[in-house]
Amino acid sequence: MKALQNLFDSIKPNFEKGGKWEKFYTLYEGHRTIAFAPDLVTKAKGAQIKDATDLKRVMITVVIAMIPALIFGILNVGEQHFLAVGETAGFGDKVLFGLISVLPILIVSYGVGLVTEFIFCVVRNHPVSEGFLVSGMLIALVMPPHIPLWQIALATIFAVVIGKEVFGGTGMNILNVAMTARAFLYFAYPAQISGDQVWTYLGDKAAVDGFSGATALGVAYGASTEGTPVVEALASHNAAMGADFSFMNMFMGWIPGSIGETSTLMALIGAVILIYTGVASWKIIVGGFGGAYAMGLLMNALAVNEYMAMPAHYHLVMGGLAFGVVFMATDPVSAAQTETGKWIYGILIGFMTVVIRVTNPAYPEGIMLAVLLMNVFAPLIDYYVVKANKTRRLQRATV
Amino acid sequence: MSKLVKLKKGFDINLAGKAALELADFASAQTFAIKPTDFLGIQRPKVLVNEGDTVKAGTPILFDKAMDQVKYVAPVSGEIVEVKRGEKRKLLEIKILADKETTFEDLGKIDLGKVDRDTLKAKLAESGVWPNLIQRPYGIVANPDDTPKAIFISAFDSNPLAPDYGFTLQGEEQYFQAGLDALAKLTDGKVHLNVDGSKNVPAIFANAKGVEINKFSGPHPAGNVGVQIHHLDPINKGELAWTISPVGVVQIGKLVLNGVFDASKVIAVTGSELTKTGYVKTVTGASVSSFVKGNLNSGHVRVISGNVLTGEKISLEGYMGFYHNQVTVIPEGDYEEFLGWIKPTTSKLSFHKAIGMFSFMNKGEFKVDTNTHGEERPFVVSGVFEKVLPMDILPTYLFKAIIAEDFDEMEELGLYEIVEEDVALCEFVDPSKNELQELVRSGIELLMYS
Repeated sequence: MKALQNLFDSIKPNFEKGGKWEKFYTLYEGHRTIAFAPDLVTKAKGAQIKDATDLKRVMITVVIAMIPALIFGILNVGEQHFLAVGETAGFGDKVLFGLISVLPILIVSYGVGLVTEFIFCVVRNHPVSEGFLVSGMLIALVMPPHIPLWQIALATIFAVVIGKEVFGGTGMNILNVAMTARAFLYFAYPAQISGDQVWTYLGDKAAVDGFSGATALGVAYGASTEGTPVVEALASHNAAMGADFSFMNMFMGWIPGSIGETSTLMALIGAVILIYTGVASWKIIVGGFGGAYAMGLLMNALAVNEYMAMPAHYHLVMGGLAFGVVFMATDPVSAAQTETGKWIYGILIGFMTVVIRVTNPAYPEGIMLAVLLMNVFAPLIDYYVVKANKTRRLQRATV
Repeated sequence: MSKLVKLKKGFDINLAGKAALELADFASAQTFAIKPTDFLGIQRPKVLVNEGDTVKAGTPILFDKAMDQVKYVAPVSGEIVEVKRGEKRKLLEIKILADKETTFEDLGKIDLGKVDRDTLKAKLAESGVWPNLIQRPYGIVANPDDTPKAIFISAFDSNPLAPDYGFTLQGEEQYFQAGLDALAKLTDGKVHLNVDGSKNVPAIFANAKGVEINKFSGPHPAGNVGVQIHHLDPINKGELAWTISPVGVVQIGKLVLNGVFDASKVIAVTGSELTKTGYVKTVTGASVSSFVKGNLNSGHVRVISGNVLTGEKISLEGYMGFYHNQVTVIPEGDYEEFLGWIKPTTSKLSFHKAIGMFSFMNKGEFKVDTNTHGEERPFVVSGVFEKVLPMDILPTYLFKAIIAEDFDEMEELGLYEIVEEDVALCEFVDPSKNELQELVRSGIELLMYS
């Protein structure tokens, strides 16, 4: 390690004031602090010792929590492909196929995002922050498996620049960066990120007879307009191929969808990691699931169409609700930041997701818009929680 | 009514290098110093002595032109050897080479039965014991012209490696009681004596009379007087309370009963880098060199006057702060660590459980150095400060209000109830490594001076 340290030391003068690359000091520092935790010490006054956890470790914890979803996503992309084209394939083939589809997306989202981030750090002269470690992974996981790579690049640039850097960088953004990327594509290039055709990669092969690429949410909505019970429609969907939308299949994630979002189980494993490590707020996660379930029950009670009559627990495993609640809604920067606020914020995300799904045919996937909407409302929620705190203090004074 | 308050929020930092409850045979300190920077709120310090003057314990050395009743006096008798100034002639230290035998200035005993409040205040102010009284809000030296709504004494220190007052104040019972009696005359309200509810209360506190004894239990910062005030009788806008440490109470008691400024006290010499730890009897402002030199495990250390959360870095020949009752020596942390941000560890202390941080499974003592373990970042993680501040205050919003210099918000969010030590744990646990104590002081100064 001494050699690497020496290497850094030897190139350091170039980056210091007066050096030929002094503008790029922040990049030098960014890379050095990834290789080595810095030799900074506490100041003469104030806390003389500091906690061993830093933001890098917090962020990497989130990335690790997403890895089960990523691995499952890679496998499922292969699984869905071979199901659709009607071939039987071994585990290795599925994984290989999945890797070929997913890795380029991951590389583009990280590569483009980091370059954008570096350019901003150099221009604005602020330190390279670790926030994009998480965003880069999230962006890849919420994309359909064969979205054009240039769209990923464009969306990533948009999300990093307009979603984050214009507000001042990591910690300052109003909207969740990855959701901003997805919403950008959703509205700018809807053909590649919505409908029935984008979730399963067929390649140059033809789909087997009777195959439908619709997602569970799409099937549910379609059934409802035809007036057939949603659960039946889900169960009979692609049943001939053994890929029906039973509750269990949807819970496990053997369904078409964005790369990382299909498996509720993997999202829950992520949730366990995040909650156990204390990195994400359990209040938001519990509130999100609880809110969705409660709204599902309310819909059941009203039940004016078949979709509303669908059992409430189906909402929890369909679409990206689980992934969104666990990984997107809990982003501490764009979420509510007061403890009471987190409950309200989580529950409302669950509510909104189900309301958007069931009542709005244009947007079958409710979680994306629900998270973005609540990102915008989070400061308002916090405002009232903070105001209550101030009021308690004021009332105390007059007693 | 005495109160029993159980606190849940907070974090006990279990450091290596505790002092056993016995007096160790350290050589006694030769030189002593008064550091005007210890006294918050001093605006224009003026020195009353010159180098070469001889002083007695209790001879005025310094006063603040903005509050000239209060005198800061020599803790020992001896010769003024140096008046050290820094940039822009800022007064840093006034050093005294101590006599072998301390001679005391005769300040006159105080008959608490007869003395009225104003005379008592004047007496305390000119005798040198006054700076022990700290005013809340702001955490500055109290103004003798004010009358506080109550006086609060925290009878235990919950900071890492902190001295045990039950041990250090042994034999001072009568002085402690006399000090309490004097304090009772300074306020129309109550004198609160807050003891550790999780342990046996030392006799000196349990037998105290004329005070309200409240019990606090829970992890640090349960021993912080600011936290205690918040739960007993919080400070609202326009109100004043005073706080004082038990050591200060004893100093006042010695003035009352003996008529002298006797700043002798027992301090704890602690820290993982010392070969020998223990308690030692010395005097306020002592040079630490006789306790730490030749007593180190390693060469590269940081000597701290006070504890690791709120203390101040001093040199090996440095002097104890006026309010500090311990010296702590820990390793200096100026090293790089390969992949230190992701390496799994059980030996590095962390409040968090992020990936690889297994210190919560390690129930033993930790050896912690001064490395920051990361660089400064904007606030990202939410809800962390709230877990270590047992007050109905929203620290993140308060910090943001100070950064934004929003006066109304600072006031409304409770800056009157907070001083640096109350956010010391927030500063410790912050994954974004912000200097929160410094921030709080800058906010207080904004409120005070503008």
